[in-house]
Amino acid sequence: MSLKDSQILEDPSVKLSLSMQPTRPDFAIISNHIIPESRVLDIGCGDGSLIAALKKSKNIDARGIEINPVNVGHAVARGLSVIQGDADTDLVNYPDQAFDFVILSQTLQTTRAPHQVLNQLLRIGRYAFVSFPNFAYWKVRMALMLRGRMPVTPILPISWYETDNIHMLTIEDFYEFAAQHHYKVKESWFFSHDKQISAKAANWRAENALFLLHR
Amino acid sequence: MSNDRRFGLKRHITLPGELALDGGSLLTGIEIAYETYGQLNADASNAILICHPLTADQFAASDHPITGKPGWWSRMIGKGKAIDPEHYCIICSNVLGSCLGSTGPASFVPDTETPYAMNFPVITIRDMVRAQAKLLDYLGIQRLKAVIGGSMGGMQALEWASTYPDRLESAVVIASTARHSAQNIAFHEVGRQAIMADPKWRQGNYYEEKDPPVAGLAVARMAAHITYLSESGLTARFGRRLQSRQEKSFGFDADFQIESYLRHQGIRFVERFDANSYLYITRATDYFDLAEEHGGKLANAFRGTKNRFCVISFDSDWLYPTSESRVIVHALNAAGAAVSFMELSNPNGHDSFLLDAPDLHRTVHGFLEGDRA
Repeated sequence: MSLKDSQILEDPSVKLSLSMQPTRPDFAIISNHIIPESRVLDIGCGDGSLIAALKKSKNIDARGIEINPVNVGHAVARGLSVIQGDADTDLVNYPDQAFDFVILSQTLQTTRAPHQVLNQLLRIGRYAFVSFPNFAYWKVRMALMLRGRMPVTPILPISWYETDNIHMLTIEDFYEFAAQHHYKVKESWFFSHDKQISAKAANWRAENALFLLHR
Repeated sequence: MSNDRRFGLKRHITLPGELALDGGSLLTGIEIAYETYGQLNADASNAILICHPLTADQFAASDHPITGKPGWWSRMIGKGKAIDPEHYCIICSNVLGSCLGSTGPASFVPDTETPYAMNFPVITIRDMVRAQAKLLDYLGIQRLKAVIGGSMGGMQALEWASTYPDRLESAVVIASTARHSAQNIAFHEVGRQAIMADPKWRQGNYYEEKDPPVAGLAVARMAAHITYLSESGLTARFGRRLQSRQEKSFGFDADFQIESYLRHQGIRFVERFDANSYLYITRATDYFDLAEEHGGKLANAFRGTKNRFCVISFDSDWLYPTSESRVIVHALNAAGAAVSFMELSNPNGHDSFLLDAPDLHRTVHGFLEGDRA
């Protein structure tokens, strides 16, 4: 039976969330760097698009964690192993080095204790991909400076009282943070308007940053 | 396959040989009553075992022979539904210790006409699962596509994955737990004491008189039934409304609708269930602690498993709350198992899994079909 066959299996909210899912610029780079047959955990995996694609193209052993139950439902219907949970509470139970790669895409700034989450990432995974919106992006700075208001931009579209982003950071903050906690930055990539840009003055020019970390 | 007498509605077998029970005794001549829906395919790879909750039975998707009501999981199982007999051979058997055709305390001791009554050995969830495995041997099914169960059925699904990991691909564990808590045991003990306090119980020897301890069993059911519902569900459905009267009676009739409802639930239950079976099956769930069977560490129950798991809880279930499902999920994560987990929102408490829960049906369907994809 296909999904379309049965009335009970129709859920408009699933379709809505799918159509709203943006193509994330960091996905292509992460995909290129994931080693075939590796063990991958995607934290904040949404509807599972990334790990589903990686399962197909690289035959990875894929796992996901996602907070939104509608997204979890869709991921499960794709045959993915995804649990409803969050980065703050559900990483401690995985054994050390359970994964080759752990992905935390656009989620770090939503966690309650980012330093503990990163510690867990590099405990359970050999490598961690971490991406986040850069709060020092020039348009964000201008909005704050000229308007004196919390910025609402395409990548930070939610007003301050509703946003899940409770720990906003900049690229410079992240470098300092990584150094303090002895995380090694193996590679980094920067994006503006969904296109990759050079590392030059990235803290000013980049809307988004992606880091590959290890211990 | 359609002429194969092993498959179809209202089937019945006597298991060959004996079954060594966790309690140390041997049971012989075990009878198992079961039903199957759908056709087993040529390589016997499309079988799904449904494990029933405490007081349900093998009539998962066909009308109940005593009550005449639709099968207890007919919302989940059926043509065009989440578990579709067009695709799967679906098997549901009455658990060991029950009273709808499988061997239990009301059954005769082999080669006699004396019921076991309280001489029936105390059984465990694992004993139930061992009996199911023997049924599958008889049906020629080496490996199940999935074992699916809610509540006590979920315990059986977990036990299947732990005891026979090579005999299933996946386990779906709904509104369940890996161990009975003190609170769970406490509610069951109230029910058992209600039965045993009924003078008609007669230390379990009530079969000859055909005068069973229905009052005690009804009270047991009433107490248990409260745990299957949610406070908000009860308030929404009954509130403080009075039953067929304008004013309180200043007496002890069923003034309130909720009282009338519970009494009705008790009365209906005793028509289809044996009091001694209730004692034995509640005992089996109280004894259930999957971690204890594995050196106190739940993850060890699933060490190295290749099975896929789907764990589902309901936010209004206080009998087996989401925290119990998370214990299972965390153990599966620690064991490196492939697990999916969802907490679904539903106002109907523990019973949500039996009621109208489209997101449950969608998730189970998605999990099964995702496997096919």
